[in-house]
Amino acid sequence: MTTEAPAHIQLGMTDAEYDAVVDILGREPRPAELAMYSVMWSEHCSYKSSRAWLGRFPTEAPWVVVGPGENAGVVDLGDGWLAALRIESHNHPSFVEPFQGAATGVGGILRDIFTMGARPIAVWDPIRFGPLDDAHNRYLLDGVVSGIAHYGNAVGVPTLGGEIEFSERYSANPLVNVMALGILKQEQLVLSAASGEGNVAILLGASTGRDGIGGASILASASFDESSGAKRPSVQIGDPFEEKKLIEACLELYERGLVVGIQDLGAAGISCATSECAANGGVGMVVDLDDVPLREDDMNAGEILMSESQERMLAIVEPDDVDEVLELAEKWEINGAVIGTVTAGGTLEVRQHGEVVAEVPAASLSEDAPLYRRPAERPEALDRLWADPVDLPAGLDVGETLLRMLDDPAVGDRSWIYQQYDHQLFLNTVIEPGHDGSLLRIKGTTKGLAVSTDGNGRLCFMDPRRGGARIVYESALNVAVTGARPFAVVDNLNFGNPEKPEIMWQFIETIEGMSAACEALGVPVIGGNVSFYNETDGVDIFPTPVVGMLGFADPMPGHVPRLDQAEPGMEVWLIGPEDPTDFAGTTYSRVVLDHVGGRPSDVDHTIGPKVVDEAVRLAHAGVPVLHDISVGGAAVAVAEICFRSGCGARVDSDDWRTLLSAGPHRFLAVVPPGFDLEVTDVPARRIGTMGGNHIDFGRHGRVPLSLAADVWRNAIPRRMG
Amino acid sequence: MTQVRVSITRKDGLSDPEGVATRRALLDLGYDVGEVHFGRIINLEVDDTDEASVRAAVTAMCERLLANPVIEDYSIEVLS
Amino acid sequence: MTIGRRVAVIVFPGSNCERDVAYAMQLLGADPELVWHRETDLSEFDGVILPGGFAHGDYLRTGAIARFSPVMTEVERLADAGTPVLGICNGFQILCEAGLLPGALVANRDLKFICRPVHLRVESTDSVLTRAATVGDVLRIPLNSFEGNYVAPAPVLDDLENGGVVLRYSDADGSVSDAANPNGSLNNIAGIANGGGNVAGLMPHPERAIETVLGSTDGRILLESFVASLDRVTA
Repeated sequence: MTTEAPAHIQLGMTDAEYDAVVDILGREPRPAELAMYSVMWSEHCSYKSSRAWLGRFPTEAPWVVVGPGENAGVVDLGDGWLAALRIESHNHPSFVEPFQGAATGVGGILRDIFTMGARPIAVWDPIRFGPLDDAHNRYLLDGVVSGIAHYGNAVGVPTLGGEIEFSERYSANPLVNVMALGILKQEQLVLSAASGEGNVAILLGASTGRDGIGGASILASASFDESSGAKRPSVQIGDPFEEKKLIEACLELYERGLVVGIQDLGAAGISCATSECAANGGVGMVVDLDDVPLREDDMNAGEILMSESQERMLAIVEPDDVDEVLELAEKWEINGAVIGTVTAGGTLEVRQHGEVVAEVPAASLSEDAPLYRRPAERPEALDRLWADPVDLPAGLDVGETLLRMLDDPAVGDRSWIYQQYDHQLFLNTVIEPGHDGSLLRIKGTTKGLAVSTDGNGRLCFMDPRRGGARIVYESALNVAVTGARPFAVVDNLNFGNPEKPEIMWQFIETIEGMSAACEALGVPVIGGNVSFYNETDGVDIFPTPVVGMLGFADPMPGHVPRLDQAEPGMEVWLIGPEDPTDFAGTTYSRVVLDHVGGRPSDVDHTIGPKVVDEAVRLAHAGVPVLHDISVGGAAVAVAEICFRSGCGARVDSDDWRTLLSAGPHRFLAVVPPGFDLEVTDVPARRIGTMGGNHIDFGRHGRVPLSLAADVWRNAIPRRMG
Repeated sequence: MTQVRVSITRKDGLSDPEGVATRRALLDLGYDVGEVHFGRIINLEVDDTDEASVRAAVTAMCERLLANPVIEDYSIEVLS
Repeated sequence: MTIGRRVAVIVFPGSNCERDVAYAMQLLGADPELVWHRETDLSEFDGVILPGGFAHGDYLRTGAIARFSPVMTEVERLADAGTPVLGICNGFQILCEAGLLPGALVANRDLKFICRPVHLRVESTDSVLTRAATVGDVLRIPLNSFEGNYVAPAPVLDDLENGGVVLRYSDADGSVSDAANPNGSLNNIAGIANGGGNVAGLMPHPERAIETVLGSTDGRILLESFVASLDRVTA
């Protein structure tokens, strides 16, 4: 970057965007104003490349209370209970500084939840890295997991796992997504709108410093290259202790009915919080930066406005309540400072040292942001990929193959990760990490919330539309096996550089696939996040949409299925359609053949929802074990039940391929002998029996249970040392 | 104002997992090191210029709060 | 029965298990109240619990700052008077820092946070934490800590081994070995009590194992011991 470049170019704006600002203001912007527009109009804050396409998602259902656009989506659980759900990415900050990047990601997502009036009750972290044989990837995984544990455990919100994938495509651009769930009573719901002329804006929480200035826009809106190390100062430092106090203080504010509106300070800090509060309420605001508690005295207006210091909230309160709010802040030992006043009209006016440093239409920062319909084009390489299916041998030792697959860190036991997370706090955790979906009870009710996060970058790379649909169905099945019906979806769309037509095509196709699946399942999308520019040195990540599925059960099953409840003599059933030729994107083709090719099979919108319904029904019928079959195929699914239950199994199949093939809409049920599954609507067949000391595939080979379990347990620890 | 540096280390013979892990890593890298111990450094400004009374005050701080005498030793360095 | 016996659950800035402990106390028939760390009079209470969390951010040293919270002077007075005082996880660390229990807790041997169920063998029933249990009982209770590694100088440890150790990490059969030691604690120590038995602390979380739906009810016997102790003494 040369010093001669105009200020707006240095701040990442195009000439056309600069001209638009001049048009809005009717004059050249002041420095602080330019800073505000540059951050608010960045890809990260404005969704300028994605907004045109996000309208495709189905977002309506009778139980949706708050849909996309607010800090979190909110759904109605009945009896006055609501649930709030939100997902976000912290990809670039986590690559620059894995520990702090992941830690502040947790802090940010929690603020989104308690901004709505909800108490955050759980967090999930879907994460993706390059292969673990590379020391730097190990460093990143270790740092990210430690950062999540450090922040989440200390702030006192349980982390119930997530999911993990590895690929070369993530080596220079790991993905760190984070999702949080909160619950609240209906009357506690708070929105981020400032209303009422004369109301007062109070900044709560940490002091404002230079950390993370322009971080969200700079880190999340530009591709990476070799100079990324120099971007380190943009990473924020998190303080879970401050956040914990802030959570308790805010929840008490709501309880006492002291806030009119509230907004957390995330990307673009005070600029974003004040302009969004004002715009949402159709009002203006006068803000005096001299009243903002600072960590360093000599910060200029632009720095204060753009600072991304963590653990801060902006509350809008009535003038008569100001003293009580400040007293409450003092009780919880956090800063509370009156920094502004709500005004009529729509102008956001910012002062410093007695002078006006910014005077802009508040709504223009968000509503007038640019909107791009970038060109999209299907990549030709896809034809070659589809024309190159997996070359399968006539026969195979499935036992030996299974061992190789179990040693893969994306298949092996993930307890090395989730045992570093407090996953039990609040005494809600009924199904803990290590199962298909998590299940949380709501104390004092019969209600249960199931959650699963799912993604499959490789599958979406091979066919974004089919891949996008498949992860929605997989996620639905993951919550269904706990007895919960799929209820709402949030999505985190991690993609490469949207200025490349093939990336834009992947993006649009993915949304189409996901939307169709959500429609077939009757599940609304209540929120999401887009992370573009996940490219380093010109290499894009796999297109990686991540689904966060919320399932709801009322009542919860009396006896919830678990993976560790299989016993010798029980029958193993496979429910759902089977296609023995379905090998594109399987764990077998990746781990054993090192092959990416062929076209993933499509979902079936007729049978898919029926399979989900059957899983929910069986969970309530007292079936001890239900387990989704994922890309590892039936062999890996059976093995996981064996490990968790400490019991072998014998599975027979005429064709070895049915043990390793992948395909959507399938799950396993393990039942006592003679148990009548009563499955009529979808295919179901008995494939084996639990028992013995082997995972035994009959004429297709077998492997001792203890050996297989050992390999599975050590897949991650042996690499991480 | 007097600048004071307090160094706090784990008492000999008590478990020091950070030290053990770091020593193992150093040995792996080929450095022939004996025991490795971790500690903390706390820089303080004390509003007093008499060294003896500064030392007395900081000693009291260490005994009460800065160090845990059950498991930690401390040393006090008066810098200016 | 001990219905209505009042338990103060102390809330430091950064505590996070206070609601779970209060829930458990209620479930077991006691009357819990969350008490802010600036409170200086606990004379209305029959027992005190210091719950888990990261009091004062665990900055400086875990428990070091909490130990000087205003409420701790009163906790010390009650402890001296024989009132049941229990520290769980971070609460245990604070009791050690305050000198109400001997020794200290440092980082886990593997330098990783550990959240998983562990087995504990009951070593002594002379404490408010174990009086309803039987020596040799093996309990399965979740551990959830980064600094759970118990250390003490040799003379302190020798003294403690005279009946002060109430729980040890063991395997499912109750055998105490290095393999069953999750965090490197000296002599596999998981929980201890003072000479009078009224002050006890442990690293695992009994409140997380009180209902079948949560996977284990083995923590009940410990918390029931505590509740049953509430009417045995008066401060």
